[in-house]
Amino acid sequence: MFYLGMIFIFLGIMAFFVSTVGLIRMPDILTRMQVATKSTTIGTILVLLGVACIEPSWSIKLLLLTLFILLTNPLSSSVLARAVKKAEK
Amino acid sequence: MFEFVIILLFLSTALAMYRFLKGPTLADRVVAFDVLSIIAVSLLVLLALYFERILYLDIALVFGLIGFLGTTIFGRYIEKGI
Repeated sequence: MFYLGMIFIFLGIMAFFVSTVGLIRMPDILTRMQVATKSTTIGTILVLLGVACIEPSWSIKLLLLTLFILLTNPLSSSVLARAVKKAEK
Repeated sequence: MFEFVIILLFLSTALAMYRFLKGPTLADRVVAFDVLSIIAVSLLVLLALYFERILYLDIALVFGLIGFLGTTIFGRYIEKGI
């Protein structure tokens, strides 16, 4: 169970790394926002899943944190994208 | 083992910090701040695993809430001004 959790944590950190490389390499603000939001969401979910595999007694709080991230991360990205689109006009 | 994971996480923190310092417009900096706050939430969860204290999960929850509020308020500022 420990090694399964470590594999999940490594996959999540790889997703974070891909996200930040995309944050530097992408040419436009909207594409940057898109790559940042999607891959950080999946990275956080994978890291929290790995921690829940290692310590199973923490899983209620980790589930709450995952639900919170899954609820608020697309919302903030949507607010920001609408603001940029409205400010460009 | 956990030290290696935390050092790998600092690498992506440094890359996001580059965009935060260099970004041409305000919206770039706000996107980089969003990424940094999400990385900090996941770093706090890993630190809770490293020190074996469940208290850090509450700190991670509050930090995620504050990061979300900051991003939303900056979006409103870009959209309408103060």
